[in-house]
Amino acid sequence: MKIVIEGNHALSYGAKAANVDVVSAYPITPQTQVVEKLSEMCASGELDAKFIKVESEHSAMAAVVGASAAGARAFTATSSQGLLLMHEILHWAVGARLPIVLGNINRAVGPPWSIWTDQNDSLSQRDTGLLQYYCESNQEVFDTVLLAFKVSETVMLPTMIVLDAFFLSHTSEIVEVFGPEEGAKFLPPFKPVDYLTPDNPMAFGNLTSPDSYYELRYKINKDTLRALDVAKEADEEFEKIYGRSYGIIEEYRTEGADTILVTSGTVTSTARAVVDAWRDKGRKLGLLKMRLFRPFPIEDVRRVLGNRKKVVVIDRNIGFSIGGIWAQEVKAALWNMRKQIPIFGFIAGIGGRDITPDVINEILDIADRLEYPEEEVYWIGVKDGQISYSRR
Amino acid sequence: MGKYPIAEDELMTPGHLACQGCGATQAMRYALKALGQKTIVVMPACCWSVIDGPFPHTSLKVPIFHTAFETAGSVASGVKAGLEMRGDSETTVLAWAGDGGTFDIGLQALSGAAERNEDIVYCCYDNEAYMNTGIQRSSATPPGAWTTTTPRGDRKRRPKKKIIEILAAHGIPYIATASVAYPNDLIAKFQKAKGIRGTKFIHVFAPCPTGWKSAPELTVKLARLAVESRLFPLLEVENGHYKLNKDIPQKPVREYLSLQGRFSDMTEEEIQRLERDIDEFWQSLLIKENSGGLLPGITS
Ligand SMILES: Cc1ncc(C[n+]2csc(CCOP(=O)(O)OP(=O)(O)O)c2C)c(N)n1
Ligand SMILES: [Mg+2]
Repeated sequence: MKIVIEGNHALSYGAKAANVDVVSAYPITPQTQVVEKLSEMCASGELDAKFIKVESEHSAMAAVVGASAAGARAFTATSSQGLLLMHEILHWAVGARLPIVLGNINRAVGPPWSIWTDQNDSLSQRDTGLLQYYCESNQEVFDTVLLAFKVSETVMLPTMIVLDAFFLSHTSEIVEVFGPEEGAKFLPPFKPVDYLTPDNPMAFGNLTSPDSYYELRYKINKDTLRALDVAKEADEEFEKIYGRSYGIIEEYRTEGADTILVTSGTVTSTARAVVDAWRDKGRKLGLLKMRLFRPFPIEDVRRVLGNRKKVVVIDRNIGFSIGGIWAQEVKAALWNMRKQIPIFGFIAGIGGRDITPDVINEILDIADRLEYPEEEVYWIGVKDGQISYSRR
Repeated sequence: MGKYPIAEDELMTPGHLACQGCGATQAMRYALKALGQKTIVVMPACCWSVIDGPFPHTSLKVPIFHTAFETAGSVASGVKAGLEMRGDSETTVLAWAGDGGTFDIGLQALSGAAERNEDIVYCCYDNEAYMNTGIQRSSATPPGAWTTTTPRGDRKRRPKKKIIEILAAHGIPYIATASVAYPNDLIAKFQKAKGIRGTKFIHVFAPCPTGWKSAPELTVKLARLAVESRLFPLLEVENGHYKLNKDIPQKPVREYLSLQGRFSDMTEEEIQRLERDIDEFWQSLLIKENSGGLLPGITS
């Protein structure tokens, strides 16, 4: 069934299609509609799930940890400060190997208060071990909920699905949705191996010595890497059933390109149009859309970028002093190829500022002019007037 | 159950890692005897996260989920929901937290769970300080006590937080205090809790020889003296109705204090103030009990 829904509701409908057993969440702009819709669905019986209406995001994450440990399929959603408040329990979910799916609406972190989009909330959870998918459209959001559960339940690690505040969360698009019956063709009911039950008493998460903790982390790493293949296979299976697929990365007009623009999230849609325009002018420009952030698809990134003349990364986030986080990851991925490909890192759109075609053109012009980047990081569109406005 | 009123089955095994004379260990043994095999324990950081034993061992014969310090109330809520969705509405979910995990860092999650009236048993075993981390003050540490963060010259001054009143304000169906010195009473309370739907809160007084600087063999005696001196009255609050155990003859608090190194610096004036506090607290409980019904704003 095709309906017109905003990105937040695409998450809610995705959770319904995944037939989740337990939802726990706490409201925060710009995620509230996810919670409201799921509350309605649970109240009306449209979705047969328990909704635990907690008093904080910390408790929301803890509650889904408990539910998942008891063998239920569990879902939560949050944004920004809420995700940061969950931080401790994100680590817990990974260490406890719980296949929880979490929707995060990318929102800038305070202070000062900002409700607009950027990626510092989710990217700063990089080393919690959650798998992370970044989405470009509402259809992709809906579909990714099912894909995320599939991957999570296969490798027994939680997944975060990330979407831009407002540009997706509050933007209505046509989305093909379906209910749990149709969803079960791809995602059958969760069958946990080890879970909390008096029929088979077990202890989870006891004190460990250096003798065992190390191997448990090794296994998390191994299964995170395994998630790359699992995600690809899940994507292929999804396509067979529903006719849509996204890959773990997407190449757009990369054939014969000298320069590749690397993007994530909704900037990608704008970048597609810019790439088309440059191609029309005969310029050899292509686009790499990053969908998976964790596990980082090193081999695919090397394959797509490894033989180009230039790589241009747009980051809607900042790792203070070192630059954009995606750019760091791309540099790290390419380094051991010993190809010395110039990698241009651009910061843009932090705190929800628009990344328009003009902004992307400005970025591409800079990269076009130079053989190698003269600066480690370029901040696009910094306003002198705003800089002098505050004393700090 | 054979010839004894208490279940003979042991759901806690020897070989755990508790100190000698640990009250918290006795509390767990009795609680599990009352709740039985169909119990799942949710364990936030506390002494008990160590007592349970190192991976791959456990000293419990029921499932146990170790979790972050402040999440007993929230994780237990999730476990209960998960069980119900899997078709198990029988198993008791027991959140088992220390006083720090209950009075302090976990109070918010506990309040949330109680406000939602989650169908769980929440037990706070109270050893009156953060013992896992080496005896630091909590808001359950009594006035006059020494801890490593209320050292000589700056001993605890503030009163012990009235956790029962806080829980009572949530209007949950069952609240009780219990003591390892009164195992029959403790077991009866856990059994009663098991039969009630909604949030059940049981506050168990659990001496800690290591932290209290008392002799391990005095654990039961100290627990008994705390009740007898009315420092820790045994009571129940059922659907807002207070019921105080008045059958136990009162004893002066001095013997209780004198058997513990943590109170050795208390002055005569401090002891007298404590005695007044004890009397006032008892009176306030009597008033609540005699009000005979629900306190304003408390509904079941
Ligand atoms: C967020 C967080 N802060 C601090 C700690 C360290 N910590 C572990 S147990 C504990 C004290 C526990 O005290 P209590 O709840 O009274 O239990 P007890 O150890 O006395 O049995 C502390 C401070 C932690 N694990 N997590
Ligand atoms: Mg304690």
